[in-house]
Amino acid sequence: MLSTDERIALYRKLLLVRQVEEAIRTHYASDDMKTPVHLGIGGEAISVGVCHCLPAKASTFGTYRNHALYLAVTDDTDGFFAELFGKESGPGKGKAGSMHLCRPDCGLMATSAVVATTIPLAVGAALANAYRKDSTPVAVFFGDGAVEEGVFWESVNFACLHRLNILFVCEDNGLAIHAHASERRGYRSLIEVLQGFRCTVVSADGSDLPTVVQATRNMLSRMTQDRQPGFLHLSYFRLLEHVGIQEDFAAGYRSGPSPEEWRQVDPVERLRAELSAEGYSSRDLEAIITSIDVRIAASIARARAAAYPPIDALYEDVLA
Amino acid sequence: MKSLMTYREALATGMAKEMDIDTRVFVFGLDVPDHKRIFGSTKGLVEKFGSERCFGTPLSEDAMTGVAIGAALSGLRPVHVHIRADFLLLGMNQIANVMSSLRYTSGGALKIPLVIRAVIGRGWGQGAQHSKSLHGVFAHFPGIKVVLPTTPQDAYGTLRAAIRDDNPVVILEHRWLYDIEGDVDDEADIALSGPAILRKGQSVTVVCTSWMNIEALKAADVLAKRGIELEVIDIRTITPLDERLVVESVNRTGRCIVADYDWLFCGFAAELAARLSHRCFATLQQPVERIGFAPVPCPTTRPLENLFYPSAVNIIRTVERMLELPHADLSQETFYSYEQRFKGPF
Repeated sequence: MLSTDERIALYRKLLLVRQVEEAIRTHYASDDMKTPVHLGIGGEAISVGVCHCLPAKASTFGTYRNHALYLAVTDDTDGFFAELFGKESGPGKGKAGSMHLCRPDCGLMATSAVVATTIPLAVGAALANAYRKDSTPVAVFFGDGAVEEGVFWESVNFACLHRLNILFVCEDNGLAIHAHASERRGYRSLIEVLQGFRCTVVSADGSDLPTVVQATRNMLSRMTQDRQPGFLHLSYFRLLEHVGIQEDFAAGYRSGPSPEEWRQVDPVERLRAELSAEGYSSRDLEAIITSIDVRIAASIARARAAAYPPIDALYEDVLA
Repeated sequence: MKSLMTYREALATGMAKEMDIDTRVFVFGLDVPDHKRIFGSTKGLVEKFGSERCFGTPLSEDAMTGVAIGAALSGLRPVHVHIRADFLLLGMNQIANVMSSLRYTSGGALKIPLVIRAVIGRGWGQGAQHSKSLHGVFAHFPGIKVVLPTTPQDAYGTLRAAIRDDNPVVILEHRWLYDIEGDVDDEADIALSGPAILRKGQSVTVVCTSWMNIEALKAADVLAKRGIELEVIDIRTITPLDERLVVESVNRTGRCIVADYDWLFCGFAAELAARLSHRCFATLQQPVERIGFAPVPCPTTRPLENLFYPSAVNIIRTVERMLELPHADLSQETFYSYEQRFKGPF
């Protein structure tokens, strides 16, 4: 069970991710963030919940839909917006943009614009931990499209063979860009297939933050106990288009949720409802939003004011 | 201390030295610890360092390349070995999309001290999928160092330097060089060295990669009988490329052949020829000539394979054409024939 303080802290983080992405939607049209954005509205509870359970020094790896992961491990809105605005003060000095965000000093080692690409990197990090007799787990986040890549299966196989301490986190929104799972898979159930591997496989509701936290905690202790990898399958509803800031329900490949249906799958609304039920006043909860929005506005202002990299930076950091 | 050893022994010895010095160094790949030990180049390692530091893998080049990168950016120093360079194409997403650019996109926060060793196959019908060198392909991507050691000394020094380098280094080793013997000085500088002059001469500069050095040295022997002296330069390191020594040589000889162990189109030979045309424009007496693979997939049958690969004879005929000399009778010359040393199957 989550303590009340923990719930509030997690709510702040969840809301930070949501409001950051809403701010991107607000400011994107000014064309100053020249980077493709893959917004994760609806999926924030997964990164926030899983990272909450990881030890501070754990390495994490992600995808191009990485804003929640970045903010969950760094809590750094200044660097985040600086990078999206292409400024020198971003963690990648503007060379990363949204799709390659990383902060090795916070454990976020790499994210990638090519589906499934960081999965074996995470396995390599877990191998490095095993090599050093370090029991810290590694976590890698990827979408349900990634499991169609050969490298996913190669990576799972190797991790299971070597009994590595790695948590595979599948963020399942049922869509690979615009294609539904039923249009992509020649097997009945991903979970059934994975159960043939020597790893622990658990499915849970990725839209509910307390559920994600509980599932992750259970999984991490199972991984330690059984000395084998874990596969956490967390489903969620992707509200927006694959890349960009718009809803795309009019495109016809899926239908939009009613307001009531959205409330059922919106992790922010769900946690907020829980906190309200526990007695938090809407004024207290609104105050959290206000303070977050002030912080985001300040980060955006700093990012806009920051310098672009100097011309010499073009040739820097190719080789060590 | 100097000792005489083969290229394969130099690789195994250099590897063991670095594993001794640095516990972060490990070696892995398909067949690495099996009874054949990558043609002997990983001999003795599993016995000395155990299966945690020397191990085989599933047939998963894509993921294993990613695993190597992940281990490298986590602070280890992996050496990932492939028995054929062609197999690296299965790991190309990791090589081209990750290994080459991760340091750059991390704003310099990440280092990838990773060595990829791969063997270039040839002969006994290696054919279209066991014969590529690929150095031009890897060198095309910024952020990757590419080296082709030719001598046992260079095999030894290059491998050790690559392991100590904080960048990804691809080492490409020609299968036939494994039998070459030479002195290895373990006190020589450990460095990814630039070009080396293998033979001094003033008639024509021949710049070579990998096995083409052996062919060029043979061509030089034959041409020397007619008073023509080739200057043979082993380029050794493709990237980062330091062509100063070559420029100096071409400025002396006024003539240059780039003999590359690869296809010519969009390849390293084109790159070097372009640079020399620019930098030696005033001293070149003729256009830079290029010698390489025939522009076809590598055929299996021996007669066609002979035509596919560039040889000492191609170099001799090119020199004759450049110097407007009649074709010499080469019928009494003995050229390298792999059946004398290499009877396959692999």
